[in-house]
Amino acid sequence: MAVEGTWEIITGNHAAAIAAKLARVKVVPAYPITPQTTIVEYIASFIESGHMDAEYIRVESEHSAMAAAIGASAAGVRAFTATASQGLLLMSEVLHWAAGSRLPIGMAVVNRAVGPPWNIHVDHQDAMSQRDTGWLQVYISSNQEVLDTILMMYKVAEHPDVLLPFMVCLDGFVLSHTYMPVNVPRQEDVDEFLPEYSPPHWKLDPENPITFGNLALPDEYQEMRWSMDLSMRRALDLIEDVAEEFFQKFGRYHGGATWKYKVEDADYIIVTAGTMASEAEVAVDELREEGMKVGLLKVRAFRPFPHRDMAEVLQDRKGAIIIDRSIAFSSGGPIGIEVRSSLYNRSGSPPIVNYVTGLGGRDVTYEDIVKMTKDGIGRITSDRLGRPYYWYKLKPEYEKIELSEEVRL
Amino acid sequence: MTLTIHDLRKESGSYLPGSAACPGCGATLAFRIASRVLGPNTIYVVPASCFSVIQSPFPKSAISAPLYNIAFPAAAATASGVYRAYKMIGRNVNVVVWAGDGGTVDIGIQALSGAAERGEDIIYVCYDNEAYMNTGIQRSGATPLMAWTKTTPTGKREMPKDMPMIVAAHRVPYVATASVGYPFDLANKFEKAKRIKGFRYIHIFSTCPPGWNSPVSKTAEVAKLAVDTYFWPLYEIENGKLRITVKPRKRPLKEFLELQDRFRGLSDEEIEELEKIVMEKWNFLLHLEKSERVF
Amino acid sequence: MGLGVPIIIPVSKPSKGSAGKTGLWRVEKPVVDEDKCIKCWLCWLYCPEDVITEGPNGFPQIDYTFCKGCGVCADVCPTKAIQMTKEEE
Repeated sequence: MAVEGTWEIITGNHAAAIAAKLARVKVVPAYPITPQTTIVEYIASFIESGHMDAEYIRVESEHSAMAAAIGASAAGVRAFTATASQGLLLMSEVLHWAAGSRLPIGMAVVNRAVGPPWNIHVDHQDAMSQRDTGWLQVYISSNQEVLDTILMMYKVAEHPDVLLPFMVCLDGFVLSHTYMPVNVPRQEDVDEFLPEYSPPHWKLDPENPITFGNLALPDEYQEMRWSMDLSMRRALDLIEDVAEEFFQKFGRYHGGATWKYKVEDADYIIVTAGTMASEAEVAVDELREEGMKVGLLKVRAFRPFPHRDMAEVLQDRKGAIIIDRSIAFSSGGPIGIEVRSSLYNRSGSPPIVNYVTGLGGRDVTYEDIVKMTKDGIGRITSDRLGRPYYWYKLKPEYEKIELSEEVRL
Repeated sequence: MTLTIHDLRKESGSYLPGSAACPGCGATLAFRIASRVLGPNTIYVVPASCFSVIQSPFPKSAISAPLYNIAFPAAAATASGVYRAYKMIGRNVNVVVWAGDGGTVDIGIQALSGAAERGEDIIYVCYDNEAYMNTGIQRSGATPLMAWTKTTPTGKREMPKDMPMIVAAHRVPYVATASVGYPFDLANKFEKAKRIKGFRYIHIFSTCPPGWNSPVSKTAEVAKLAVDTYFWPLYEIENGKLRITVKPRKRPLKEFLELQDRFRGLSDEEIEELEKIVMEKWNFLLHLEKSERVF
Repeated sequence: MGLGVPIIIPVSKPSKGSAGKTGLWRVEKPVVDEDKCIKCWLCWLYCPEDVITEGPNGFPQIDYTFCKGCGVCADVCPTKAIQMTKEEE
């Protein structure tokens, strides 16, 4: 029997702030950036009203926000911060530093386009450009999932086999500022699920003086990176295990590293992430009504990347339609690139059509996903798969250029 | 209370012999003395600097207190995080940034300013060897006017930033300058800083024989001459009140300059110009000393 | 539970001689003349390498395993009780 919580109608940002409170994080360095700002505002109000026992550091930049989170985590306490877009990019240097220090810091990233020009709306360019920092990255489709995933990911990140930081990525405005019903668990139940953090590997402590991070020569360095990679791969199973444990306790399951919808008998599988996956769910139902056997494989974990799930689910299908909200210039959508890597050298790998769309908040509805899926199926069945990826929803005059013979890859 | 050599000899420091520091390193000398005053209940945060190398390579370290190496711009922010975590845990520790001049006056100035403005309860130490020495002697915002570096091959044309005054303008409770040529003054400033709550800043003039091309054996002498020629005045600003802590009889600046090849080839007019700047600063400090508050 | 994933981290232990026997870097060697020494301990205070201690006879003793031979001790000695002498090949 799952434990009861209380229902609230709240935004994704509010849900993230409540999750940080429920996780009893001890230090929150905070810097505002749209559309993340209300997360750190909520946390400030929790702390100042006495509802949350934590140190709040009003830093002067995102670089310092992450640097301070590193200091706190290195001193042995649970730390949390939140950011978006340029803020995440400014952090980049210290994102690497946090992961290399094996500090399980938690962060909500409210996905937003990168400038110039200024654009405060959703795409995944910010977080996906940080894919090689050593951070676990989970993409989210609902406000409930925001709250639950932050709690689950602390448990994964702090596991003695993992010890890496994590970001929970929620789509700017689409989740961050949209009100949805969210079941907020009781503190005592969360405490049972997520015990206090106690670093098993190292901390800054005068009782046991060590030096962390001094010069390591080529003879020592590579194994440290291998260890991070191994931990990251190990996290794939743990994400699933912790999701199962969370389900047993709270009665909610959002998937592990992936989430599957009507894939069993599907000929074609849509692969996408974030709120586009919620739209894709509707698109799957629409397409099935039209007689097309389509399923959805939602990417929750982008890091670690669920290669195994991809291979198992996509093998022997008629095709995969992969929809990305970010562009790896001249190379494709980041998820598309990864999925190819999951499938190459395997028998029964399906044809892939990768779409890049929805940048800077351009709306991607279930109707768009229906259109992309039909276009993709058309390409697969008529063997028009000349390009590694396609832009979708360009203005018609530019789409003409994009699709012209002269534009090649 | 004033610390004597006997007090210092009683304490144990956090530096172990046989490190990767260059012979005659001023930064090591500064750390040896400071760490004796700060004691073992101290956590150090070190940004990219000579001191990242002085610790020696993994898996050994010349530093016997907990020390965390962090990226170049971030030391003051990381130290803030360490201090806040210990505040939550409810344990008292000294949290100390040990940074070079590049990590302080240039790339680290933003995080430093933020931490000072927030009043984080940390001690920020800049050991200042007046250039990017770890990367092989490039000019920094702390390099003096007319000094040779590899990126100022004909001498620096700009004045250095007056970093202690910049920090003091944040109205922090304690700012001090120090020199490895005046170790008792240095030790006593750490002793005082240790007992004050809030953001404390100590800026140490720290001889670099390879970077300045000064004789290895003259590390202390050069740093003492810096003070005695008024090139590097020793003062402290406690709760806004400035006090010059050492008032030596003025010696000609030339004596300080000629010990270092980085000032080689300066004309008499140039030396005179530097002498004028030095005296202006000294007289300004004397003037500030009469004020109730400088900030 | 754990597969025993090794968490390989750059944690270094405080050690004397972390950069090896740095005494080998020495070109000149400081030698204390106990007749001239007044035990003011300024050599100890200014030694950047922390290699000067109080010997069994109460005079400064230099740890030549790690002394880098910078000569700061000789330079600051008020009675010229420390002489820098050439290292033997």
